[in-house]
Amino acid sequence: MTEEVFYWQALNRALDAELAADDAVFVLGEDVGLYGGSYRVTEGLYAKYGEWRVRDTPISEGSFTGLGVGAALAGMRPVVEIMTINFSLLALDAIVNMAAKVPFMSGGQFPMPLVVRMPGGVAKQLAAQHSQRLEQMYMNVPGLRLAVPSTPQDAWWQLRQAIRSDEPIVLLEHELLYFSKGPLDVTAGAPPMHRAAVRRKGADLTLVAWSRMVDLSLRAAGRLAEQGIEVEVIDLRSLRPIDWDTCAESVQRTHNLLVVEEDSGFAGAGAEVVATLGERCFFDLDAPPRRLAAEELPIPYNRNLEAACIPTVSGIVQTVKEMLEGGENP
Amino acid sequence: MDQETRLQMLHDMLLARAFEERAAEEYTKGNIGGFLHLYPGEEAVAVGVLHAAEPSDYVVSTYREHVHAMVRGMPPGVVMAELFGKRDGCSRGMGGSMHLFDRERRFMGGYAIVGETYPVAIGIGYAIAMRKLPEAVICFFGDGAVNQGTFHESLNMAALWKLPVLFVCENNHYQIGTEIHRHSAVTEVYRRACAHRIPARKADGMDVFEVHQATRMALDQIRQDTGPYLLEFETYRFRGHSMADPGTYRPKVEVQAKEKEDPVAVAIAETLPGYPTAEQIAAAGTDSITRMTDTMNAGGHLPGDTLQRIEAQVAQEVEEAVAFAQASPEPTMEDARAALDCNRGMEVLI
Ligand SMILES: Cc1ncc(C[n+]2csc(CCOP(=O)(O)OP(=O)(O)O)c2C)c(N)n1
Ligand SMILES: [Mg+2]
Repeated sequence: MTEEVFYWQALNRALDAELAADDAVFVLGEDVGLYGGSYRVTEGLYAKYGEWRVRDTPISEGSFTGLGVGAALAGMRPVVEIMTINFSLLALDAIVNMAAKVPFMSGGQFPMPLVVRMPGGVAKQLAAQHSQRLEQMYMNVPGLRLAVPSTPQDAWWQLRQAIRSDEPIVLLEHELLYFSKGPLDVTAGAPPMHRAAVRRKGADLTLVAWSRMVDLSLRAAGRLAEQGIEVEVIDLRSLRPIDWDTCAESVQRTHNLLVVEEDSGFAGAGAEVVATLGERCFFDLDAPPRRLAAEELPIPYNRNLEAACIPTVSGIVQTVKEMLEGGENP
Repeated sequence: MDQETRLQMLHDMLLARAFEERAAEEYTKGNIGGFLHLYPGEEAVAVGVLHAAEPSDYVVSTYREHVHAMVRGMPPGVVMAELFGKRDGCSRGMGGSMHLFDRERRFMGGYAIVGETYPVAIGIGYAIAMRKLPEAVICFFGDGAVNQGTFHESLNMAALWKLPVLFVCENNHYQIGTEIHRHSAVTEVYRRACAHRIPARKADGMDVFEVHQATRMALDQIRQDTGPYLLEFETYRFRGHSMADPGTYRPKVEVQAKEKEDPVAVAIAETLPGYPTAEQIAAAGTDSITRMTDTMNAGGHLPGDTLQRIEAQVAQEVEEAVAFAQASPEPTMEDARAALDCNRGMEVLI
């Protein structure tokens, strides 16, 4: 039953399946209808389900995301698409002040079955306002969940789980993953939405990553294996909550921890991983845990500088070797 | 209008189109990356509006702003170098196509988050009004941008405090793939201004002289301290939203109908790569550029080979712009850090 599909296709099929399964599900966002979505994720759905269920919106992120909150309060299951995470800064009030708070502030009266999907990440020379990652911003909000699928299979599973969940969920996709391919088995049973996945087994070092950095980490692990270094690669899949047990179990075996993140390190997601695993696994660690993160800069437009700002496969290889061999270059 | 201004405007119209077509070509060659939003079809708006402004006025624009920058006097080479991401670009290669800035010329930026131009413009307007200066701010935005909350919020404050801001809507009828009647309940943008008691009017954005005259009147009024003004110019973009957009959502008949108004665009295929040839430009009929030359011919303002001379000059300028961009060095990581820390002074952080 396994098929090779693009990441965007997996999301597209997940939406199609949920729109078909439940009349309360509807999709809204800029150019999701007639145009078929900026990254093709909603392709074909407008023709199939009509404008009430697949709604093209004006450029009004704050209010159409807020509309999603209101519709969720009234029993619908809205899936809001924000064109990119950069524009979600205009919808923070709806997501942070409303979606994450109303169930709590009402003393637990209301379900909030809202999904906000958006891609983040550094793509190709989109410059500082269009290259943000910002996941730590949503991680820091009690009442929200944050899923970060890195494969078509996870995109399919996690989007469907998010739509079926009564909690507000931000599904953070990645602009450069939409056109990556991977296997999809729509009949396979899903792990829990927040469960981390061990993508590669290894005894020497635990490498924690998510979203696009998983692919880079796996490629680095492949190169390191040729040199006799076995890295265990964990894909977090969810950044709130984080599956600490899977991570801790690994660190207890490998005694080394490296986090690879696409965003700047300062007060970032990696800081949370290192802090919590440092607390939990302090006596298991052979060396200080490390983070390989982006430069502390807005992303420059210039191609070379953009590339130099974020982790690379060779950068990961080098960091792992430094950690295990004390600074020797590859 | 004097002949010198007329010829300068014609030059700017021709430069605008030639520059943008060359930018499209350089994009397909890989010399320009990211999002590239081009202006062919809309030239009369930037040229008409900005020729009616004073050098001391400020300009705030969007991501579709190369032409605005050049009409304000930014050298084409400096703009092209920015599109190439080079160190001699106006933003030192840090900003790219969507983020042109030139403090000296009061070009206050290209902003790429839709709806950002209004608050920035009223802030500049506030600074002018506070100091009672005879200056004004010109704030550009698209038809799709009027549904962002900042539009209403900013118009209210501008009117409330009588800020010297000219709001200029470049209504090309599309918000990427969503046509105006599908994104706005009121499709005549200028009518929204009355909700905030701001005088407003709509004019033909394909006629550079009409644009110029409407802007002159509006700016004259603004300089009487009467507060903001809103102008809506109806126009059309011949290419897709950006170079990444094939533009397939627009019915072929619509594009063709508009192309009738602008035969230059007959040659501008919606898919890549498509640039009008010199012959096709020569065969042009009534697009904004041809409309301009027709008017000038009728008035006897285009004697002899004036047009050909300017065209040749513009072609030369574009060649030189590309050569300048190519020759410019790449910025370094130190340049990037210096840009980030430009306001830190001598303070040394631990
Ligand atoms: C807040 C925000 N939402 C969405 C986008 C993506 N986007 C870029 S341009 C655009 C359409 C803008 O249309 P309009 O204002 O009419 O300007 P035009 O491109 O037609 O000149 C959209 C939706 C954005 N840049 N910022
Ligand atoms: Mg528009």
